[in-house]
Amino acid sequence: MDWLVTPFSSNSFMVHALIAGVLVSIACAIAGTFVILRGLAFIGDALAHGVLPGIAVAILVGFPGIVGAAIGAAGMIGGITLITQRSRLSSDTAIGLLFVGMLTLGVIIVSRSSSFSGDLTRILFGEILGIGIPAILIQLAATIAIAIMAAICSRPFLLLSFDPEQAQVAGFSSRLYHNIMLFMIAITVIVSFQTVGTLLVFGMLIAPAGAGALLARRIEVMMAWAILFGALSTYFGLLISYHFDLAAGASIVMVTVAIFFVVFIIQNLRSRRVPRPQELAHVKTETES
Amino acid sequence: MLKQKQKVKDKTDAFTLSRDTAPYVQARQLSIGYSNEVVVADIGFELRHGEAIALIGTNGSGKSTLLKTIVGLLPLVRGQLSVLGMPPGSNPRRIAYLGQFHASGFVLPLRAVDVVRMGRFPLHGLWRRMGREDDEIVLSAMRTMGIEKLADSQLRSLSGGQQQRTYLAQVLAHQADLLILDEPATGLDAGGRELYLQAISDELRRGASIVMATHDIQEEPALCDQVMLLARRVVALGTPQQVLTHDTLLETFGIVVFGDQKHVHVLEATHGHNDKEQSDRRQTRL
Repeated sequence: MDWLVTPFSSNSFMVHALIAGVLVSIACAIAGTFVILRGLAFIGDALAHGVLPGIAVAILVGFPGIVGAAIGAAGMIGGITLITQRSRLSSDTAIGLLFVGMLTLGVIIVSRSSSFSGDLTRILFGEILGIGIPAILIQLAATIAIAIMAAICSRPFLLLSFDPEQAQVAGFSSRLYHNIMLFMIAITVIVSFQTVGTLLVFGMLIAPAGAGALLARRIEVMMAWAILFGALSTYFGLLISYHFDLAAGASIVMVTVAIFFVVFIIQNLRSRRVPRPQELAHVKTETES
Repeated sequence: MLKQKQKVKDKTDAFTLSRDTAPYVQARQLSIGYSNEVVVADIGFELRHGEAIALIGTNGSGKSTLLKTIVGLLPLVRGQLSVLGMPPGSNPRRIAYLGQFHASGFVLPLRAVDVVRMGRFPLHGLWRRMGREDDEIVLSAMRTMGIEKLADSQLRSLSGGQQQRTYLAQVLAHQADLLILDEPATGLDAGGRELYLQAISDELRRGASIVMATHDIQEEPALCDQVMLLARRVVALGTPQQVLTHDTLLETFGIVVFGDQKHVHVLEATHGHNDKEQSDRRQTRL
């Protein structure tokens, strides 16, 4: 019991880390659900890494990293949209090009500065244990904004995931809502990078939601599972990091990936189960008709 | 060709006669296609309240292109098209569309009932809550397609035919004034087909109008007031009896089986987008 509670009761930085981590989990669960449903994993990954030059430049000129991340994300989304619309290339080619371009640009900027290696580690892996109240408040505001956006757009987002043409015909502009969805993912990445870093935020985006997708039969339930898995990962990740003196951000993401594989294995064992009588009844009516 | 021109001309005259009874869909000298390629030129037809038209033709003949233009997914290339008295795509509340492909439907954790409920979204927009009345309409649409027992089943666990019934139930749940259906009977078994044909005639009786693309030249056209044969141009337009003749079908499909000798004569089997010969012919015809 001590092992589970003391690290948090005796260290305020652990409590801050837990709060920030849970907020990141909620934001990532909501955005990640749509990343998975819409098959946007690659764009999520690219955003998470493509913000690097923005952050690097911001730190270099003394701006908050979050501003740089926002500019980097905007450049990324704008570039992808432009290439996809103005050429015959599919979006994954555009995403890949910008992803590599932005990443290398980031590395080049970072390599120009000798005092930058510490900053680089911080950018890539976050500094969840050093998170302050202002950063937590920004994270809280962003998480609330993301939740509201997802609630308002739940119908168009569902239609868009089901069939973009259907969304368009139903009166919800598929381009508009697709962009709102990208915007939501970008905000998630931008505000979460301080906590788990640009390399690892992608894990928080897809691992909990992916595990949720394996279990859930409805989208709301999938999101709820994702929040639960994300929060659990934050808690156990921090504990493991505290007791074994490991990198905190990486420990958290490690736990979420582990949870995904546990769910995956259980799911595969369960799928060998005997079908429910209800399901058998369907098979029967089908063969009769 | 002459025959076709004559028919188009007759149709144009008909427009002037029926201007007071506002048509649900009205196309004049309409060219459809993609930005740099006209797929079908010079389409003229008119569909009134409670009427149905079947579009028949091979793959790539322009059926889906026409349907997508009517619902506003594709901009029209030339000519005029009004849908429920407005430009295409401006009246989602009154138009239901069943497309041919549901790209990502399989990864979604969705129950069949969730899919059918989506049919009510255009009526409620972002905000308005769905009430008990909506639930009843959704259930009744599922009953019409014989899938009420599958309501809680995962969409991805359903067979192709059951999924098609689900999509049809979604369209019925919309209770739209205009139904645009792209090969709606695909994958349906005999039972599903019967329910679907019944549902279509009920919708027509209710006063809805229907534009459907189909490969069926019997049952579905029999419910329709008009048939349009397409082969990257309008081969024929008229009542099913007028249009579904030996000659026009030969021209549309290029395959006709004579008697029991099974002598097959192929004129043109496909109307593919990249078929150069086909596009050359189209050029000369235009």
